[in-house]
Amino acid sequence: MAALAGAGFRRYATYRQATIAGAFTNTVFGVIKLSILLAVARQAGGTVAGYDAAALSTYTWASQGLISAVWLFAWTPIATRVRTGDIAIDLARPAHPVLVWLAEDLGRAGQALLFRFAVPMVAGGLIFGLRAPTRWLTVPLFAVSAVLAIAVSFGCRLLVNLTAFWLLDVRGVSTLYVVANNTLSGLLVPVAFFPGWASRAAYATPFPSMLQVPTDILVERHVGATAVGSLAVQAGWVVLLLAAATWMLARGTRRLVVQGG
Amino acid sequence: MEPIVDVRGLRREFTVRRSVGRLRRDRHVVRAVDGITVAIAPGECVGYIGANGAGKSTTIKILTGVLVPTAGEVRVCGLQPVRQRRELARRIGVVFGQRSQLWWDLPLADSFRLLAAIHRLPDRVWRSRLDACADLLDLGGFLATPVRQLSLGQRMRGEVTAALLHSPELLVLDEPTIGLDIVSRERLRGFLADERRRLGTTILLTTHDLPDIERLCDRILVVDQGRLVFDGDLPALAVRVGAQRVLVVDLTEPAPPLTDVPGATLLEVEAGGLRQQLAIDAGATAAAVVAQVSARVPLRDLAIREPEIEDVVARLYARPGGASPGDSPPAAPGRG
Amino acid sequence: MAERPGWGRAYGLLLWSRIAAQVSYRRSFALDLVGQAAVVLLDLIEMLAVFHQVPVLTGFTVNDVLVMFGLASVGFALADLAVGQVDGLGEYVRTGTLDIMLVRPLPVLGQLITSDLQVRRLGRVALGLGVLAVAVTRAGVDWTPGRVLLLVLTPFCGMIIFAALWVAASSVIFFLVEGQEFVSSVTYGGNYLSRWPFSVFNLAMARLFTFVLPNAFVAYLPAVAILGHTDPTGLPGWLAWCGPLAAGWTAGLAALAWRTGLRRYVGAGG
Repeated sequence: MAALAGAGFRRYATYRQATIAGAFTNTVFGVIKLSILLAVARQAGGTVAGYDAAALSTYTWASQGLISAVWLFAWTPIATRVRTGDIAIDLARPAHPVLVWLAEDLGRAGQALLFRFAVPMVAGGLIFGLRAPTRWLTVPLFAVSAVLAIAVSFGCRLLVNLTAFWLLDVRGVSTLYVVANNTLSGLLVPVAFFPGWASRAAYATPFPSMLQVPTDILVERHVGATAVGSLAVQAGWVVLLLAAATWMLARGTRRLVVQGG
Repeated sequence: MEPIVDVRGLRREFTVRRSVGRLRRDRHVVRAVDGITVAIAPGECVGYIGANGAGKSTTIKILTGVLVPTAGEVRVCGLQPVRQRRELARRIGVVFGQRSQLWWDLPLADSFRLLAAIHRLPDRVWRSRLDACADLLDLGGFLATPVRQLSLGQRMRGEVTAALLHSPELLVLDEPTIGLDIVSRERLRGFLADERRRLGTTILLTTHDLPDIERLCDRILVVDQGRLVFDGDLPALAVRVGAQRVLVVDLTEPAPPLTDVPGATLLEVEAGGLRQQLAIDAGATAAAVVAQVSARVPLRDLAIREPEIEDVVARLYARPGGASPGDSPPAAPGRG
Repeated sequence: MAERPGWGRAYGLLLWSRIAAQVSYRRSFALDLVGQAAVVLLDLIEMLAVFHQVPVLTGFTVNDVLVMFGLASVGFALADLAVGQVDGLGEYVRTGTLDIMLVRPLPVLGQLITSDLQVRRLGRVALGLGVLAVAVTRAGVDWTPGRVLLLVLTPFCGMIIFAALWVAASSVIFFLVEGQEFVSSVTYGGNYLSRWPFSVFNLAMARLFTFVLPNAFVAYLPAVAILGHTDPTGLPGWLAWCGPLAAGWTAGLAALAWRTGLRRYVGAGG
């Protein structure tokens, strides 16, 4: 698995120009978003939904930094492989496809993390200042949470892709997925901004685990036992999603074979 | 008469950056075109050959207004290619072998309609032109087929028609027969020869396919490492590379091998000496060699074989410093 | 001698052929429309979530900001429809298709823009108009002929400004073929920025995006004028009427940038 992750890492490392451009975009969007959030905080008397200015800054830059790693946008390469029939190659390999794909995705995400996380954090930090962690466990917990977040995202994306076994065109599902996760993962605004019912509904889904949870750990909104609890929730989602994906893959494969696709 | 292509001291340099190791980048300048001077008169058909990476494509790009020369002067149809790009585009037609100018997902006929509109051709004019081309190239069967479903041969016939739809004065073809089957190639050649004869279209053709040149071109330009190394016709090229004409003599009765004929080298002896092949050395004339041979043995019949063009070009590429056409090209200098 | 058809015929046919090619895929077309609407929806959710936390933002209510949102959305959607296709430049450069465009007797930019026409982008225009209509009604505007004119004029100025910024930004592709995201940060980033009140940004930033890159003229300044507010950052109300000027300025920038980029591509100017 490590070898695959390494290959995924190297493949994405070649897109140097694109990566720099991407980091630039993250920074630009971060500046705009944070300006808006800071204005909101000022309006609300310094703190909004439990985030103060420094926390908002960290939340914004960590979010922007994590986006490409966690990949909250459309992603359908596996659906394409199902459509073209290349999926048979993946199924014929000795290693389980879900694990193989997970490894490749982690490699991809690793590359994204390296550059596109560091640059916005540094740039944003220099311009706006970040909230320094007060506990030594915060950063390690954040790191673990980030990796889990990537896995959660991967699980969901994989499920979306696997609907290709049943649907002619996954674009509808994909769009629905992107809308849902952009909203509920805390990308647009922190989940805490939403009305109570919406917030609670969001936490019943895996989406906040993709972005909000790691950033909340970093700004120390969740600390100690709560933080570990959040990690457990993330881990739980990973297991659930990967299990669902495995099951779905098996059902889908059987369907293909039966239909002679 | 004004040359239709007039190039003087043409130079084009590229700066190539190569990654050396993990961090350093090495820059060096590549001269893709290194001082080419040539003039092509209207109505000529010129073959432009050279190994991959020798500078052919770069020259073509400069002539068609896609690339600006680093130094030198270039005039095509009396115009400066890059500065007067659009005006030039109306007077020349270009077929890029590797890239298609047709609209991929539309029926072939639609591509012609779009091009006619782009060139602002009146309906009557372009439709009759299309009919003529369709006839000669037998396009009728697939005019309604989307371009992406056409075979390579069909697509190429479409491309050439598209390039000629606006009756340009100059037609530039960059490797048009690459990958085509024999029938399509022959058809295309016949069509081009016909166009030239009827309309006086000047043709500039780059190709690795030598029968194209044999059939169509009365003049050959050979480029090697950015420089023009030959400008003349095919027989002159043969002489230049030392490809020899071969004299085949049929004798009245078997004779011992003719090894001592001045001006000739014995190549082969067949049928126990009844038929012998002699290569005519450079500097000797066929007539003199024939006289020498008949002075030694009585001749029943003789024939002179011209050098195979494949042989000519193979010798050309085999010369020291030249690459052979099958080599993979050096990484093309990129832009930006 | 038969008359030569005009340029319009060429562009018209180019566009028509794209439309024809797309409408034939009817099912995915409907889906695409929904996808476009979804993007606008996300932006709307962000705004509403913000106003769930505070009743006003630098003096503007949710209705006020919705007016800005609507104006920016429509302007951007129209620009996307008009020149969005220029995003394909990177690919055309990489595949060499740009060379094909250079040997045709039409301007390269014109060919790029008409190389495809995504009819589905009309979905975005429709949604933007819907939001604008609702917002303007709810905001309780005190209508004068001047304000009505401004309301109608602004999306078009916005379209030209966004379109010009799109073309200008895309010129960077001639220098950095893989730099499409730079372009996105200008186009989509610009759209993001334009739909919020400029009083939330720091002053330097607000001025930059008013007098250098005229995003303020797309929605913020006109909205302030229409709603009868005064600009908290201190700019005079009549400035809102300078949209056409701003559009002209940006168009000039775009022309210069594009020319420079194209010259670079053909190797002139090193």
